[in-house]
Amino acid sequence: MPEPLRLTGISASAGYAEGPLFNLEPVAARYASKATAAEEKAALEAAIGVAAGRLAGLMEIADGEAAGILEFQVAMLEDDALTGPAFVAITAGQPADAAWRQALDAEIAGYETSDQDYFRARAADMRDIRDQVLRALTEDGGAAAPAGAIFYGEDIAPTRFLETDWSCGGGIALKAGSAASHVAMLARSRGVPMVVGLGASPAHLTGIALLDAEHGGIVLSPSKAEIDAFRQSSSSFTARRDRARTYLDKPAVTKAGTAVRVQVNIADPSDVDGIDISTCDGVGLMRTEFLFGKTLPDEETQYRAYRKVLEWAGEKPVTIRTVDAGGDKPVPGFTVEEGNPFLGLRGIRLSLARSEVFRAQIRALLRAAVHGNLKVMFPMIAVVDEYQRAAALFAEEQAGLSARGVACKMPPLGIMVEVPSVAIAPEAFSGVAFFSIGSNDLTQYVMAAARDNAAVAHLNSVRHPAVLRLIASVAAFGQAKRIPVSLCGDAGGDPASIPALIEAGLRDLSVVPAQLAMAKAAIADVAV
Amino acid sequence: MSASAEATVLITHEVGLHARPSVKFTKLAKTFSAEVEMALAANGPWFDAKSIVKVMAAKAPKGTMLHIRAKGDGAGEAVGALVELVRRDFDEGADHARTA
Repeated sequence: MPEPLRLTGISASAGYAEGPLFNLEPVAARYASKATAAEEKAALEAAIGVAAGRLAGLMEIADGEAAGILEFQVAMLEDDALTGPAFVAITAGQPADAAWRQALDAEIAGYETSDQDYFRARAADMRDIRDQVLRALTEDGGAAAPAGAIFYGEDIAPTRFLETDWSCGGGIALKAGSAASHVAMLARSRGVPMVVGLGASPAHLTGIALLDAEHGGIVLSPSKAEIDAFRQSSSSFTARRDRARTYLDKPAVTKAGTAVRVQVNIADPSDVDGIDISTCDGVGLMRTEFLFGKTLPDEETQYRAYRKVLEWAGEKPVTIRTVDAGGDKPVPGFTVEEGNPFLGLRGIRLSLARSEVFRAQIRALLRAAVHGNLKVMFPMIAVVDEYQRAAALFAEEQAGLSARGVACKMPPLGIMVEVPSVAIAPEAFSGVAFFSIGSNDLTQYVMAAARDNAAVAHLNSVRHPAVLRLIASVAAFGQAKRIPVSLCGDAGGDPASIPALIEAGLRDLSVVPAQLAMAKAAIADVAV
Repeated sequence: MSASAEATVLITHEVGLHARPSVKFTKLAKTFSAEVEMALAANGPWFDAKSIVKVMAAKAPKGTMLHIRAKGDGAGEAVGALVELVRRDFDEGADHARTA
């Protein structure tokens, strides 16, 4: 019996699968060369026709995202700019398969070297087009995968995904791959478990494997105990998910009938595209670091991003956090190099130190505010002076915009509660519009355990009495002063932490969209 | 006499001129007999707007000022229609919901 082998990757589509491994082979080149260039050309033309026909056939049964991918691939195959170089190479004496491979590899390389994730991810679609035609050329139907197989290999083609019958289970485990790939999107929409980024693992593996795409890992040659534990996690996940689905469309209420608001955290404006606004109570945290990529964003870019989310949310609130760069989120040209970045110039400290960048964000927020129900909060507030200075900048910029006749509106201004000084002595902040507890940072500062350090992960628990006591005291202070208190850290979406948070007095949680249903289901179990 | 037209339009789509918008863009361009080209800068390089391979190869990200020009019959209509498509964000309001 071989030793169990464990590989760790990144979850691209949550779920569990147990089944035989199926190795995704690159297409075998078993092409029989023809006598003349004319025959080679005819063979390639026929193969392109067969591939386009197969794609068109898949299009008839595909919908939405899948149809979009197929339409793109058919358009590519119909474009002479793609196929032309291969025919030129055939004229020059190349056999059809080599000519096609060369032409497509040149095109694929262009995508692989893109500096944008989106375009890099299209390389997989292009490889798929290449292999579809090669398969038609070599008449290699590809070995059929057994039912419920776990596809294992470098990457998987979208057409392979679409051709596979997933009704008997199965999953995908990729050494490379990307959570932004078309296949990952398809896997999420069809509920097929998928893990990417397993890294430099063995080329070929056989036997039964356990794919844990909830946490992102796979176990090969598992022991009896591992199989038992896996099946337990798997059925618990299925039960949680199935049950959770029934809660998604309903407002969250505890067993005792206590209503809990559940909002979503988003990191990018496009995150809201997949969410039905009726399933949540608004956006509890919209991060703005995404805007601060390689270059500092201009006011207009920010304004459009904020406006998009506000218009999507309609009357429901959207809480936007001013840029929280620094710490583990460096921004070139903005943040500074520091020995201890978590305790350094980050969040509001950095914004106040670089007020020209902050002012552009403030103007964008003030202008966007007229398009919805905006609230703005400041990260990393430690003393009330920081809040006052930030609020003063809002007032100044509003006066400036109004003087120029630009439409704008002052949103309610609140603060993140994540520095222990605020949680311990909230009374200095009785003038803020709202509190939002950032449980990730609050926990790491209270426990003195960095959240990006696995060696101290056991200390980093929001359920430690010290952290919960602070949360409860902030909730009580808010209630006494009629200041709304919410929580937007990872704990808000963690079914194991939700009961403690509600017992601590919180009635407003913000979670990542994928946890929305699970969080509502967990709330329904709380006795309070 | 051969007509010609040129215009610029800002790409507001979240991921730029990506797969599905490119399909729509080239399909629309092909409905005109005029020669249609696109570029990311006023001085080129210019790409055949009827070729999805060329349009995708331009890798135009969000926030790009897209230059479109056409020559021949219906050049003005071609440029106008393509600019409108980009302005309407490729009609992706509803479609785009599925890509997240």
